[in-house]
Amino acid sequence: MRENPAVPVIGVLALQGDVREHLAALRAQGAEAVTVRRPAELARIDGLVVPGGESTTMAKLAARFELLEPLRAAIAGGLPAYGSCAGMIMLADRLLDAPADQVTVGGLDVTVRRNAFGRQVDSFESEVALDGIAGGPLHAVFIRAPWVEEAGPEVRVLGRVVGGPADGKIVAVRQGHLVATSFHPELTGDRRVHALFVDIVREHLAQQAGAVAGNERGKS
Amino acid sequence: MAAHDAQHSTPVSTGTEGVKRGMAEQLKGGVIMDVVTPEQAKIAEDAGAVAVMALERVPADIRAQGGIARMSDPDMVEGIIGAVSIPVMAKARIGHFVEAQVLQSLGVDYIDESEVLTPADEAHHIAKSAFTVPFVCGATDLGEALRRISEGAAMIRSKGEAGTGNVVEAVRHMRAIRAGIRHLGTLDETELFVAAKELRAPHDLVVEVARRGELPVVLFTAGGIATPADAAMMMQLGAQGVFVGSGIFKSGDPAQRAAAIVQATTFHDDPDVVAKVSRGLGEAMVGINVATLPDSERYATRGW
Repeated sequence: MRENPAVPVIGVLALQGDVREHLAALRAQGAEAVTVRRPAELARIDGLVVPGGESTTMAKLAARFELLEPLRAAIAGGLPAYGSCAGMIMLADRLLDAPADQVTVGGLDVTVRRNAFGRQVDSFESEVALDGIAGGPLHAVFIRAPWVEEAGPEVRVLGRVVGGPADGKIVAVRQGHLVATSFHPELTGDRRVHALFVDIVREHLAQQAGAVAGNERGKS
Repeated sequence: MAAHDAQHSTPVSTGTEGVKRGMAEQLKGGVIMDVVTPEQAKIAEDAGAVAVMALERVPADIRAQGGIARMSDPDMVEGIIGAVSIPVMAKARIGHFVEAQVLQSLGVDYIDESEVLTPADEAHHIAKSAFTVPFVCGATDLGEALRRISEGAAMIRSKGEAGTGNVVEAVRHMRAIRAGIRHLGTLDETELFVAAKELRAPHDLVVEVARRGELPVVLFTAGGIATPADAAMMMQLGAQGVFVGSGIFKSGDPAQRAAAIVQATTFHDDPDVVAKVSRGLGEAMVGINVATLPDSERYATRGW
């Protein structure tokens, strides 16, 4: 149990990608943000961010450095996680338009289509309103972004693209302690998605503390 | 990142500075590999490359064969785009804006306006801001990097000396760029005007770099990286990622060397990993002593 649940320790998977931007965004929300590249580094974190980057590269490095199974076990064990873009791909249970051998960590009961909006010349900025995030739509940057093609019954759709050729496509989801966005809030100054995730981690810590306290009382 | 009133303007905007620079942010910590065929592109993707650079000949062959080096054949670029799901970059000659237009029309994800190809214009680089596709450009020092950024480059790489397998020039250029940035941080407001003049770079960019302590775009390294240790050293010197040209497909075992360089880039600060992945790679490319290269064969002097 953590000494100070108000300052959760959140790891950013640092195999490749825009790690630094996520670290900065998490610190701005009062979390202690650390990089994760080795299985042992998973032990001390209360939440995990899988950054934007190249998902095929991250998957290969995770497998090569024996991180994949520990990551799967951690998420199956209830570790809160947030993935942006490539991170959404890494957290998806099923992929479309991926190399046949591409593995994921999984956890989110979704089918994600890689590079769904097209190539880099189709990358775009837009406004996306997210369910559960107050203060108006977020300014969202989509870069060779994926979208959620199908979401399972436990998955809450938080946001969809409005306008343009991909109108209505799902670009933000939540399932319990897991959150994913197609876009990159770490690249803009808008910290509301990171604030949501840090709150999820704090609530999770408080629940765990409550459960431990309950067990302690049961024993005495 | 303005446009909070997007309901009143275009809801979806492409080709913005945000998506161009943001694309390079996604490549950080990764390795971009030169490939000349779809088969090589697949090997690079399987090894964990974050992107491939499609070109007609790798720099070592351009050196060996001579002649005018140009943009790749569109059929080859399309073949490579079709072979992999990772981003595909391609090279255009310095100043050759029509090669850039063609590459954009083919759907490449990034254009390298590259000194490795024969320059098409000895005074002007491409005006890059007007394109939807983003550009990466080489630089030997801070002034050159800032001139390219002012023209619209969304990513900078050290030039190094491509096709030599010799990392010495990449080190020189990376140190020069980083030292230039640190120096700006010591100057006061008045001195920054003179610095801009000396750097032959826009004053507003010079002020921005002095304030941030880094370039406003991602900085990779390129030119002569041939081993996992080369890649790890360049990362420790401040590169945010690595381009490998001839170093992979001119070596004894390209697939294994490619994977090793990817791993050494991620774990650049862990000598145990760099040692482990450096074993049993077979022969590295032969390499050229840059000091014996005549000026006319130095690619780094191309670009202005």
